[in-house]
Amino acid sequence: MTAFQIILMGLLIICAVSVSFSKNLLNAILIYMSFSLVMSMLWICLESPDLAITEAAVGAGITSVLFFVTLKKIHAIEASEPEEKEKGKDE
Amino acid sequence: MGPNLLANYGEAVSAILFCIGFTNLLLQTNLIKKIIGLNVMDSAIYLFLAEKGYIAGRVAPIVVNGVTSTEAYINPIPSGLVLTGIVVSVSVTALMLSLTIRLYTRYHTLDLDEISAQLKKEGK
Amino acid sequence: MSKKRPAAEYQKTFAFRFFRWLSGAKDPYLGEVEMQPQEEYVPDPEAALRHEKEHDAILDKVYDPERNMEMKLFRKLYHATSILFCLFLIALLLVTISWLPAIGTVERPVNNEVAGRYIENGLEETGAVNIVAGMILDYRAFDTLGESHVLFVATITVLILLRLNKTEKNEAEVNDRRFEPKNDAILQLAATFLVPIIIIFGIYIILNGHLGPGGGFSGGAVIGAGLVLYLNAFGFQKTERFFTEKTYKWICFFSLSFYCLAKSYSFYTGANQLHSVIPKGTPGAILSSGLILPLNIAVGLVVACTIYAFYAMFRKGGF
Repeated sequence: MTAFQIILMGLLIICAVSVSFSKNLLNAILIYMSFSLVMSMLWICLESPDLAITEAAVGAGITSVLFFVTLKKIHAIEASEPEEKEKGKDE
Repeated sequence: MGPNLLANYGEAVSAILFCIGFTNLLLQTNLIKKIIGLNVMDSAIYLFLAEKGYIAGRVAPIVVNGVTSTEAYINPIPSGLVLTGIVVSVSVTALMLSLTIRLYTRYHTLDLDEISAQLKKEGK
Repeated sequence: MSKKRPAAEYQKTFAFRFFRWLSGAKDPYLGEVEMQPQEEYVPDPEAALRHEKEHDAILDKVYDPERNMEMKLFRKLYHATSILFCLFLIALLLVTISWLPAIGTVERPVNNEVAGRYIENGLEETGAVNIVAGMILDYRAFDTLGESHVLFVATITVLILLRLNKTEKNEAEVNDRRFEPKNDAILQLAATFLVPIIIIFGIYIILNGHLGPGGGFSGGAVIGAGLVLYLNAFGFQKTERFFTEKTYKWICFFSLSFYCLAKSYSFYTGANQLHSVIPKGTPGAILSSGLILPLNIAVGLVVACTIYAFYAMFRKGGF
């Protein structure tokens, strides 16, 4: 169990570092999602099943979904931006 | 260096994670990456708390067969604290993301340096 | 002026002239000295534009990190200092941790008599098999009430930040649909199978909160995730049949006020050593452990609604 815990903790550090160095925002969010999943496995190793369920549902599920929706919203604003600029030129 | 660094490897990992998140907060200019860094810091604190309550060889605090002696279960208090913290961190994340959307609709960029440069140009 | 005089007579007196001179009401040179007619000042529009451009150029130069040497230097210094500070922080924390008592041993200051009391008397006093659920919903229920309110307040704040009016909302819906297929058959089929299972699993987690791992927070999050999947597959028209702003308002209001009243009753009876009428039940049964099951349901409802509301507001600016 200790070896498994150490492997999981190594994965945690790898995920946290690669979030900082990833160029693409979508990649960063996906890596953060896997960070949360590894975290929820680690909670099981630390004998806290309550935390494991909550982290899997909240950290890996809801938080990532909120990040994705934010990205989508930003892309939508970005796409509607050129139209506004053209409108501004016409006026 | 004290004697327990190797035995406390979980807490050491949580300290390293905390510092990685803090470095993200200091050095990243992208707002979404900053928010992820803050979430990593949150997780590090939760890991630290849960490691505090862990006792080797004992099971999770769910009563089995009516055994209610202190020797059988791990410490339930850190679990309760972290459970509260995880849910609060979600609402904080949602709040920060909505602020990010507002900033993007106003300045059309996620880069904090560009936002502050635009702000200074506007004379604020 | 003590005596009342007519205005024409007053204007001839010395006092009138003296006060007129003092207040500067009459220009003494006007009509006395030869003068050129004064031109009205007209600002030159081109010059103003030029000034503005120069001002912008200066600002560009001042706040451009590529060309401004001072700013470049500051940025380099900032990076170096923050990296050094973080390394120092890591070293400091690791040294501190190396002096802490070892993980997994009983002789840590965390494992004191409070935790022992929760474990030894928890089952008897709260009736919950899951000691963590008994702790956060019975011994420390006030904490959990505050947390539910944090969720509620966060929803309100997000609503304030992202709220749109009616026409903007319609535009946002059109924009929202631009980047995804209107009716994805695969997603809809998968959602038809998955959504009931996910929601039933969430309900199971909530109702089982006092018997095993789970509880209001995790179960509510699972139900919220199921609702989000349903919304993604079938769009806002279908979800608005059963979930609108009004539903959210009433569910949150009833859940939070039920939580308040129930815990007020149990705090009142507990503080005054009264006998509580709420039965504890046999530990291990589904209808046991007094108030914990209804409180779990209330918390779960608040969390599920909050998560759905977050998602809907991020996508459409209202729901």
